[in-house]
Amino acid sequence: MSRILKAGRILLATLREIFDEAAYSRFLRRSQMTSSPAAYAAFWRERESSHDRRPKCC
Amino acid sequence: MSKLLAILGWGAVAALGALAVGVVAVHRGEPISTLWLVVAAACCYALGFRFYSKFIAARILALDAFRATPAERLENGRDFVVTNKWVVFGHHFAAIAGPGPLVGPVLAAQFGYLPGTLWVLAGAVFAGCVQDFVILLFSVRRDGKSVTEMAREEIGRVGGFVAYGAVIAILIIILAVAALVVVNALKGSPWGTFTIAMTIPIALLMGVYLRRIRPGKVLEVSVFGFILVLLAIWGGQWASQTPTVARVFSLQASSLAILIIIYGFAASAVPVWLLLAPRDYLSTFVKLGAIGLLAMGIVVLHPALHMPAVTRFADGTGPVFAGKIFPFAFITIACGAISGFHSLISSGTTPKLIARETQTRMVGYGAMMAESAVAIMAITAACVLQPGIYFAINSPAGVVGQTPVAATATISGWGFPVTASDMQALAHAVGEQTLFNRTGGAPAFAVGMAHIFSQSLGGEKVMGLWYHFAVMFEALFILTLLDAGTRAARFMIQDAAGHIYKPLGRTSWYPSILITSGLIVGAWGYFLWQGVKDPLGGINSLWPLFGISNQLLAAVALCVATTILIKMHRAKYVLVTLVPLAWLVAVTFTAAWQKVLSPDPHLGFLAQARALAAGPATSATPRLIFNNRLDAALTAVLVTMVALVLIESVRGWIGVLSGRKEARMKETPFVMTRLAEEQA
Repeated sequence: MSRILKAGRILLATLREIFDEAAYSRFLRRSQMTSSPAAYAAFWRERESSHDRRPKCC
Repeated sequence: MSKLLAILGWGAVAALGALAVGVVAVHRGEPISTLWLVVAAACCYALGFRFYSKFIAARILALDAFRATPAERLENGRDFVVTNKWVVFGHHFAAIAGPGPLVGPVLAAQFGYLPGTLWVLAGAVFAGCVQDFVILLFSVRRDGKSVTEMAREEIGRVGGFVAYGAVIAILIIILAVAALVVVNALKGSPWGTFTIAMTIPIALLMGVYLRRIRPGKVLEVSVFGFILVLLAIWGGQWASQTPTVARVFSLQASSLAILIIIYGFAASAVPVWLLLAPRDYLSTFVKLGAIGLLAMGIVVLHPALHMPAVTRFADGTGPVFAGKIFPFAFITIACGAISGFHSLISSGTTPKLIARETQTRMVGYGAMMAESAVAIMAITAACVLQPGIYFAINSPAGVVGQTPVAATATISGWGFPVTASDMQALAHAVGEQTLFNRTGGAPAFAVGMAHIFSQSLGGEKVMGLWYHFAVMFEALFILTLLDAGTRAARFMIQDAAGHIYKPLGRTSWYPSILITSGLIVGAWGYFLWQGVKDPLGGINSLWPLFGISNQLLAAVALCVATTILIKMHRAKYVLVTLVPLAWLVAVTFTAAWQKVLSPDPHLGFLAQARALAAGPATSATPRLIFNNRLDAALTAVLVTMVALVLIESVRGWIGVLSGRKEARMKETPFVMTRLAEEQA
């Protein structure tokens, strides 16, 4: 049972990473903000200015 | 005892794999079950991962679990983040899995199921997985540097310049090809066009929801978005059956091309949170679900493969694209076997998330195996179709004839019987007006996927829904690639333009955004338009161009890898990267030579230009001649650039091996990890 729970947690963590939820949580922690439209806008401003452009394959 | 069991177990896997590959390779005549393909692939991947990747990890790269990775040393909570290995695996796989491994194998199925299958399996295990793995590790040891930076530092300035040029060229060509695949899938299809059109307001709605209503709740909004997309597929059926609506969404190829070009420009210029990001989330959501569903469908239903193992078109006279198995099967299938583009991902975000060096094996080698499995699924989807149907869908009208009767007569004459009424019944079943001349691979894949699922869930009655689900899934994939690729290329151009005039380098300065977006969209839009107007369907000339440029980038990545191995004093193991490099050089240079200089007008760009000049002139003739000459020039430039990298690399290898040149690497010095086992 604990293995299934662990697998479920990892799957959720993977999806959160793929879908940028984890990155947003880290941003909130780092900038000591709470989630809000302004915080989300700041998150995207930072991402757009980042030199790490996240290529996607064909 | 456990060692004996392991030997027996792996011996059994090897024997089963040999049997399955043997059946796939030798069997002729009656259709075989797709399970043989599945078993052959599973055994090859298991053996490759267990033995070959372990050999590379232990003997050649000497992965060090105690060496701190950039994610640990440079952790900033933004780009550099220590992340669970399974999470990195999923993230990496989601980034490398695009439409390429679905489209390429479907096109290469014109040679039969065998050439593509063998190349996907051998190419992945011995080349693609190795490239992704070693580039990932080398990037981890260099603070997550990109392959273009590594090329500049380890090979020389020419290496860096060529890698940069190849990336831009690939982006432009792949975007054009991808857009062409969408155009060919949606032309004259009100159902498909309606569904895809609806994904734009759905993405905008998701963007606004994420920004204003529930910031950051991406998984939640993706579920809502997915439900809306399913409703759009269902609504598409209504649209196709309502004459007034159907007329609006029945578009010709040229109209669709113009709309996609406008969309590409808009998507590149509007804020990323509004359209690009939500569409990306939606596409990833659908992609992971559809791949999982297809894998289950193939394993559970294991339909028979009707395509012969090797078709008569191995001789190079194929209608889907011209050219013999060697070299064209090996450039047509890139992403499922080896793709240079993957080296950008392996040296992009992923190395900044890896917690331990030892995890690069599973992430780099393992994720590429998963990508290769997707290519095997695509081969299966294409080859479960009756060959006559496959060729009727994938052959351009310029080759098989303009009318259904002429096309079926030509295809039946090749020994692949099909009738106009078969095709009409199939088109009716999937809710299309016609399936003739739907070149590009996506419609054939969608018909194959619908065929597999119609054997179980809902039967033939819901074939139309499955077909349009598959078309939507591929088109969504591709439009996301258009958004992201145009934007990525825009950033690259802005970076370069910033050296000439500083404000142009500012990614938020609107004049710069508009100019560079216009340049990129104009470039791929030009090739898209060329493909739409090409009497041979466009895929015939553009897909090989993409394959050549993509595999040339892989050659650059393998040059980087070989150079570093030699500098690491691992010259006795250098064949691990040198053999794939030699193979890719042979394949790409031969393909480029034939595409430029072959006297066959169906194959050679210059021969086609000459044939057009000698034939009856129409208003389009001068442009077609120019396009062929442009394609020839582009191919020649790409090959010359890579030849320069090769020469510079070989000079460096000889220098190091002969002791005339110091083996100086730009590796980050060793730092002991502080991470506890459970943190990594």
